[in-house]
Amino acid sequence: MSIASTTQQICFVVLSATTVVGSLGVVLLPNIVYSAFLLGGVFLSVAGLYLLLNASFVAAAQILVYVGAVNVLILFAIMLVNKQETLAAIPGLLLRRLLSGAVCAGLFALLLRVAFTTAWALPGPPPVGEEATIRIGEHLFTDYLLPFELASVLLLMAMIGAIVLARRDVFTTDVITGEPADQGLIEKERTPLLIETTTPEPTLLSKP
Amino acid sequence: MSTDLASPIPLEGFLTVAAMLFCVGVWGLINSRNAVRVLMSIELMLNAVNINLMAFSNYLDGQLIRGQVFAIFVITVAAAEAAVGLAILLSLYRNRETVDMERFNLLRW
Repeated sequence: MSIASTTQQICFVVLSATTVVGSLGVVLLPNIVYSAFLLGGVFLSVAGLYLLLNASFVAAAQILVYVGAVNVLILFAIMLVNKQETLAAIPGLLLRRLLSGAVCAGLFALLLRVAFTTAWALPGPPPVGEEATIRIGEHLFTDYLLPFELASVLLLMAMIGAIVLARRDVFTTDVITGEPADQGLIEKERTPLLIETTTPEPTLLSKP
Repeated sequence: MSTDLASPIPLEGFLTVAAMLFCVGVWGLINSRNAVRVLMSIELMLNAVNINLMAFSNYLDGQLIRGQVFAIFVITVAAAEAAVGLAILLSLYRNRETVDMERFNLLRW
């Protein structure tokens, strides 16, 4: 690492504070668009933490995949489903939040105890530093070749699955009439179980 | 050389940040009413796990950086999960006209 140790410590403190405060904002802010942008900030500061850990390739991958793809995808999803709805009040919501907060605090205490009481085998072997990308490439094409190829299959499956799930209009031919039919509308009519409150749409005939 | 490569940041610092991020993610996963926020909390938890993997890779496995390879696979799976999860969310929104998690109770016993 070429930068001084004090600089590293300052960077670590700033990036950790950004990460934790940003994640709290993601969870707690009422406006979900602000949450999505804060999530991008959290991803960026995690990438900075990776840089402090001598992992420039994974930091670049983090920025490209998380900030560039996942965050944009989440923003698109928010804008696609952005209907202003007033959430119905639930009895005991505050109690539920406090209880789950206590459980999470207990989990945090447990993790801290594990982190601070375990005798880590420090100092380990010296980090490779700038050669990390070369080592990752060697790993990916020698002993991690099978997971690497499986990851490509997984990405293909995810792409096809996302297209099939999110596609709106599936035009098929009706069995009875032989005419093209809108599969989504048919499914929606046949399964009224999925719709809680069906408000009859005002048609042209019912209008005065 | 060892003083040059010794990190001024303790390993426990990274583990603490990762633990906080993970716990915030768990809390958000349990308590979010909006389904998109649930997906965001899952991403937070995955990032916490990645920080742990990278920290162990740097401090305990500096020569064979297997933790970084694992982190790359986790990033891949997270991207696939986000795509499929948001597609499921869109399909759900089209059917139920809401993103409120409390109203997705079709599978409740």
